Amino acid sequence: MLSRTAANLFWMGRHLERAETAARLLDVGARITLLPNTEEGYRNEWESLLRASGAQGPFAERYGDAITQENIESWLFFDCDNPSSVASCIEKAREGGRIVRTALTSQVWDALNTAYQELRQLRTASRAKLDMAMLTDFTTRHSSTVRGAINATQLRNDGWHFINLGYSLERADATSRLLDVKYFVLLPRVEFVGSGLDNYQWQVILRALSAHRAFHWAYGGDITAAKVADFLILNGESPRSLLTSLYEAVWNLDGLVRRYGDSAPATASVKARQVLESLMARDIEAIFDEGLHEFLTWFIGEISAVSNAVNEDYFSGRM
Amino acid sequence: MYYNEMMDGAAVRAPYAMLSDWVATMPSEIRQMKQAEAEALFRRIGITFAVYGEGGDPDRLIPFDMMPRVFLQSEWRKLERGIKQRARALNAFLRDVYSRGEIIRAGRIPARLVYQNEAYEKAVVGFVPPRGVFSHIVGIDIVRTGRDEFFVLEDNCRTPSGVSYMLENREIMMRMFPALFRNNRIEPVDQYPELLRRTLASVAPAKCEGTPTVVILTPGHFNSAYYEHSFLANLMGVELVEGSDLFVDGGFVYMRTTQGPKRVDVIYRRIDDPFLDPLCFRKDSMLGVPGLMDVYRSGGVSIASAPGAGVADDKAVYTFVPEMIRFYLGEEPILQNVQTWTLWKDEDYKYVMANLKDLVVKEVHGSGGYGMLIGPKASTEEIEHFRKLIEANPGNYIAQPTLALSTSPTFVDEGIAPRHVDLRPFCLCGDRVELVQGGLTRVALRDGSLVVNSSQGGGVKDTWVLSE
Repeated sequence: MLSRTAANLFWMGRHLERAETAARLLDVGARITLLPNTEEGYRNEWESLLRASGAQGPFAERYGDAITQENIESWLFFDCDNPSSVASCIEKAREGGRIVRTALTSQVWDALNTAYQELRQLRTASRAKLDMAMLTDFTTRHSSTVRGAINATQLRNDGWHFINLGYSLERADATSRLLDVKYFVLLPRVEFVGSGLDNYQWQVILRALSAHRAFHWAYGGDITAAKVADFLILNGESPRSLLTSLYEAVWNLDGLVRRYGDSAPATASVKARQVLESLMARDIEAIFDEGLHEFLTWFIGEISAVSNAVNEDYFSGRM
Repeated sequence: MYYNEMMDGAAVRAPYAMLSDWVATMPSEIRQMKQAEAEALFRRIGITFAVYGEGGDPDRLIPFDMMPRVFLQSEWRKLERGIKQRARALNAFLRDVYSRGEIIRAGRIPARLVYQNEAYEKAVVGFVPPRGVFSHIVGIDIVRTGRDEFFVLEDNCRTPSGVSYMLENREIMMRMFPALFRNNRIEPVDQYPELLRRTLASVAPAKCEGTPTVVILTPGHFNSAYYEHSFLANLMGVELVEGSDLFVDGGFVYMRTTQGPKRVDVIYRRIDDPFLDPLCFRKDSMLGVPGLMDVYRSGGVSIASAPGAGVADDKAVYTFVPEMIRFYLGEEPILQNVQTWTLWKDEDYKYVMANLKDLVVKEVHGSGGYGMLIGPKASTEEIEHFRKLIEANPGNYIAQPTLALSTSPTFVDEGIAPRHVDLRPFCLCGDRVELVQGGLTRVALRDGSLVVNSSQGGGVKDTWVLSE
């Protein structure tokens, strides 16, 4: 497979996952506005969303301090100046897909192109007619269709591994960033730890990851920081946990190593396996003792190292 | 005054007998529904094109007309012989002008037209590509003016585009109207990609070991024909590469893959000569592969079409193609040229300047329907404007009579109406010369218009050749 094709498939997976993350943020925002306000009112919650997506600065540059629902919608959904908006990600995924048309089945292309065409129509529609639920439904529906088409029709070849590698690394990154934000931003004052507000904010994180119900199935009882963190970091059943995402990355990298044998280096696979082992050696107490933020910083760095190794091993077209 | 391919007065001609009933019995609601369905299919598949420098919708559709254009087997056989003959002669000419130039020595074509032609590539003089083929895909634009009167409007020896429309138009017609295909015996065209792959593999260089690796080289996804490039790569099962995916090492060309470098034997390039190799041609080209031409000249890789093939298809050399057929093949041309006045000749110049209002004037190197004057449709100011352009540089122009292009029935709001059409078949030249029975029919959708270019309001149709 061409190195450029592999890179495009990998990034197509990443962008599709990223679009979903943006929609999930929007969804949680929509819920918050329906709940009784916390200390500073919903404005503060909108702001935390911006921080969760790491976009406070760019948002302020564009909209000033007008953190309104409409501006947030524009930013997270429509705005092409925001590289992580749903529109940007779908456009980039579709553009990537168009470049590697030959590596996609017609069903996958069809799903991707339909998402893009409908997005174009949404953009010309009057904003008054679009509610938030519709925007998030739009995104999750299309991303499910694309993913379904990938799983149902793509050959289980190296291209498939690259797409799924993109999905899983992006997901590992998104979950750890959301967790990190919770620890430092959603909770500005230390006396809140363990308070009702604290637990409520952990719920927000669960919502943001569409994991609210799944969490109750898995743990039951009160929502506590330890349980939520365990669910999102170390639980192998949770579809968005760091462990699951990393496990999937390893599985796909192993697939590539098996397929390519000695004809390509395997540094990414070795690296990912190391991180996975290191993750499995921890329990949640150890992580809290180590400091959640310190742990997440380490993890985000490791994911980025794996991503760089993938780039080096497969996309550089080395001589 | 125009040859109507469907109607002979009030009688329906043989090729359209079945379609005539089909149209007559189709309710207009169904027709509108099917038209909308066709458009949705094109958009979903992603067959769109961008018009250079036009702005607006980057994903525009070429209008598709559901009414097929039909040829009888007997009509097609003559066309086929004429097309293949022409493709052979053009390749013989290219072989000749890059070696001994016999046709010039024999005084059958002026040396100036060849050796001073912008498309004449001095970098490949003396080099004979595998099997002596320069132009592997020859697109020949043909117009019809009567029952048995076909004329060649121009030849395309470089990288003629449009074949994806030939294939997709057929796919969509078969999907929407399967009964039409069950009830008619229509020659298939879907073997084209396989024939193309085979043709390209047949011109692999002598240094190639084992099964040749064929790739399509595209300028990238911003190019208006990118859809076609990826479409063909997909159907042929070959890689679609950009210049940056390729590199030269030790006399061979390699592509960068996830498993390291892989050698490439045949490049079907969809970029123009000047961009192929920044070391040999334009230094600022980001699309090409540095060192490619050295590998090509040393027989390490084949390029289709061969660099320099364009010298055979400009509008000045065009006038000499019948002469080429006689000179190289010893045959009489089966397909005629359109009468052409070349403005660098004094007597032609005088005639054309006196009759601008009746003629079509084209730039020698122009294409896509740009830079041309259609006398009978032009205003006095337009004619006077063009007169000044010609006076400034007569050698840059040729003139032709306004042809009475045949019409084919086309769907319009009120039913069907005759609209002017042309035809571009795609002839393949490798170890054999082959042609699928079909081509791209372009139609001028505006009533009375003679311009079929998609950039100027033209559409496309499925083209049928009925079997015996």
